[in-house]
Amino acid sequence: MSARVGIVTFPGSLDDRDAARAVYLAGGEPVALWHDDAQIHGVDAVFLPGGFSYGDALRCGAIARFSQVMDTVKAAAAQGMPVLGVCNGFQVLCESHLLPGALVRNAHLRYRNRPARLRVETTRTAWTNAFAPEAEIVLPAKHGEGRYVADEATLDALEQSGRVVFRYLDNPNGSMRDIAGVANEAGNVVGLMPHPEHAVEALTGPSTDGLGVVASVLAHLSEGARR
Amino acid sequence: MSQYVAVDTVGVADATPDEKQPWSELGLKEDEYQRIREVLGRRPTQSELAMYSIMWSEHCSYKSSKVHLRQFGEKNPRTPRLLAGIGENAGVVAIDDHLAVTFKVESHNHPSYVEPKQGAATGVGGIIRDIIAMGARPIAVMDSLRFGAIDHPDTARVLPGVVDGIGHYGNCVGLPNIGGETYFDPCYQGNPLVNALSVGVMPRSRLQSMQASGTGNVVILLGAKTGRDGIGGVSVLASATFSESGEDDARPSVQVGDPFTEKLLIEVCLELFDAQLVVGVQDLGGAGLTCALSETAAAGDGGMHVDLELVPLRAAGMEPQDILASESQERMLLIVDPAKADEVLARAHRWGLLATAIGTVTDTGRLVVDFHGQTVVDVPPKSLADEGPVYNRPLAEPNDLGLIAVDRAETLPRPSTDEEIRQTVLDMAASPNLCDKSWITEQYDSSVFGNTVLGAPHDAGVVRLDERTGVGIAISLDGNGRFARLDPYLGAQLALAEAYRNVAVTGATPIAVSDCLNFGSPEDPHVMWQFERAVTGIADGCQKLGIPVTGGNVSFYNQTGREAIHPTPVIGVLGVLEDVARRIPLGLGRTGDTIALIGTTSEELSGSEWASVKHGHLGGVPPKVDLDHEMKLADLLSRLSQTEQLAAAHDLSQGGLAQALVEAISFSGMGAQILLPEGADPFTYLFSESSGRVLVVIPRGQELAVRSACESRGLPITPLGVADANTDGLHLRDHFDITRDDIDAAFKGRIGARLGE
Repeated sequence: MSARVGIVTFPGSLDDRDAARAVYLAGGEPVALWHDDAQIHGVDAVFLPGGFSYGDALRCGAIARFSQVMDTVKAAAAQGMPVLGVCNGFQVLCESHLLPGALVRNAHLRYRNRPARLRVETTRTAWTNAFAPEAEIVLPAKHGEGRYVADEATLDALEQSGRVVFRYLDNPNGSMRDIAGVANEAGNVVGLMPHPEHAVEALTGPSTDGLGVVASVLAHLSEGARR
Repeated sequence: MSQYVAVDTVGVADATPDEKQPWSELGLKEDEYQRIREVLGRRPTQSELAMYSIMWSEHCSYKSSKVHLRQFGEKNPRTPRLLAGIGENAGVVAIDDHLAVTFKVESHNHPSYVEPKQGAATGVGGIIRDIIAMGARPIAVMDSLRFGAIDHPDTARVLPGVVDGIGHYGNCVGLPNIGGETYFDPCYQGNPLVNALSVGVMPRSRLQSMQASGTGNVVILLGAKTGRDGIGGVSVLASATFSESGEDDARPSVQVGDPFTEKLLIEVCLELFDAQLVVGVQDLGGAGLTCALSETAAAGDGGMHVDLELVPLRAAGMEPQDILASESQERMLLIVDPAKADEVLARAHRWGLLATAIGTVTDTGRLVVDFHGQTVVDVPPKSLADEGPVYNRPLAEPNDLGLIAVDRAETLPRPSTDEEIRQTVLDMAASPNLCDKSWITEQYDSSVFGNTVLGAPHDAGVVRLDERTGVGIAISLDGNGRFARLDPYLGAQLALAEAYRNVAVTGATPIAVSDCLNFGSPEDPHVMWQFERAVTGIADGCQKLGIPVTGGNVSFYNQTGREAIHPTPVIGVLGVLEDVARRIPLGLGRTGDTIALIGTTSEELSGSEWASVKHGHLGGVPPKVDLDHEMKLADLLSRLSQTEQLAAAHDLSQGGLAQALVEAISFSGMGAQILLPEGADPFTYLFSESSGRVLVVIPRGQELAVRSACESRGLPITPLGVADANTDGLHLRDHFDITRDDIDAAFKGRIGARLGE
């Protein structure tokens, strides 16, 4: 039986269908979750997609943090359930304090859409174990508020504990230490700004590297099932 | 009731027939005002006067253009693909037995000059709602932009704002921007053109109607609250010329967009359509409730009663005429069976969207609007929607056209040495109209939905519709105001031919047209003559090509004082691809592939980019158009895409062969070794803008097959050279070399640099 990956739709989510396609193409079973429903319907992992949840009111991701579904997701994450946040999903994870740091306005102050070259800095997370160590991948990066910031002590701690998951090779937004994605201590929660779900088919994406992110969580889940 | 005594009701109007009314300030002519009195048999109330002034404005009534636009209906080729055409919110064409596509291009020119960001943003929002209203899910947007000179200080205000507005709205509502065009010309300095296109897809069975039919059915207003924004937008902004003094501040007339609410509108409407909960639907755009109420009532079989105080308001103290005229964005009007009304309200609520029953469909044949129990409107709806004034305005060929025609660019001094021609290639690549537009397109999401197969800078955008079958569409949006200034009939056909060819270059078969006709004041007989010639050119061209005009938009009054813009018909062509995996991209293929030119190069430089960039010249007659040839070319390209016998293809247009090579080299990262045909004049061959030409890249081993496919269709093909990854840039044998670095240095980064970024 293939793993069930829940994809949350908030009002203003835009990449929910695309996330479902990525899960499906990688061999998983996508399950739609609703922001106003505390049930996560027995899924094995959760994918928070990109978009503008609640119209980016107040701050990106600030309102989504208080949604019914996020209470359940937070509890499940604490129990080790894999959770991925992409773009707005990453912002939601930071606002929810599932991940450290924050995402602020790009240093150049504009929304910019460009394929980003990234290095996979650690394969010891639920969402990167299928990549070769230090693999260089290409994913579309497209955001206006994707500049990763945190205080120096937090950044040092992230580096030392191997929780910087993706690093930009050509920093597109002024992110501190070129950080594109980070993980929590247990490695089950990962957030990144570039979009794996928009790099799953040669026909439509700059690469198919995004499949590796979903393949990782499927491998992680089947390994867990074997144990 | 005392607080409402000031309201001008039907009763008051009856009792005070001689009350002075501000019809002139609202843009109505005296005879139009008298006709309103005749229709009603009394003076109109304030609310009625506001409604007539809006619905009878140029923008809503097409009163100056109607007599000419009829040609589209008369000359449109019959095609079983056309499911809904002119007069609907957007044209709908069948793609296969199950799917249909709806698309339309519309202008938001005046608001984008006054307040660039919100003006452009709400232009995108408006066209998206037209697509929803047909029953489709919007799947992409595209835009055609024209600004004044790039180094004029005001362009640095208008362009970044417009791009920010298009990007902000499209990105937040979650639609990929799949291409378009951006041009600069001093004639657009005070009248920039912002034409936005949206396209949507639906199961054929989901096609919606705008009819308010079924007595007793409930009228529901869905979406944003109604505020004071945009009052007078269509009657004041879009239907009059900007004054030369520029002192009047029209900013409050521009609406403010909220793409988040629009995204919710899309999801709610599609849910309601799929659950078959809606009898009729109409979007609220320019002219707001006035237009939506009168159009749905006029299209239905009876009348309508509305209680205006039920409309949720954003501002206190709004009077009935304000509520009726407000152009607040992100609203839709639904006609719903009363048994299903509760479910409609519940589904809207689930998405956090306001939905309010404001009236009912009646069998009275009248549109009656009450405000706190007092009747403020009581009119026959058709008199607003369908029976507005129609003008057959005088036409006169511009006096200067004869002089312009003999001032041919072919006589201008040309570069003669190889070094001069080489420098001309670079200067052209660096010029505002030809340079790389990434600074703009990178501000747009292009990949949301995961179905964008080709986006900017390809000749056309290509979007997959169905992942199982691979069926998809290609769209291109093109205009050329310079050609249309020289000859509006030919200029319109050149734009049509280019959009048609751009779609064909991807391998798609063109099937339908939408147009946005941007002109000066219809009250100027010279402008009206240009308009008539352009419409005739499009109608004749579409008849010849066998593809119908499915809808579009007219934008008049694009002029400041006496200075009109170049006549600028912008043409959108939609094509279908049976399998998007076989689309033909831009590029140079692989090392050893043959580069060839299909079509004939003549000495045609009038109206060209070269004449403009190097001489600031506009004169002569535009290049010839051969629509038979274009049809053969499209047939060939479609065939070669199905047989996968082309590695790449690129339309030749502004800047000619030189620019096509620059773009292919810069995009692909490959080099090209080119040998011009014997006896060809290098300058003419590189810079002529003869139409009907395509640069193709033929994989090794396919040269003979492609040549014979061309010859069997009577299409001339000329081998020009080979693609080569080891060649650095462009090698033009016996003439000059340009390295890739030199090409990129000229071509890239220009827009941001010129805007001071």
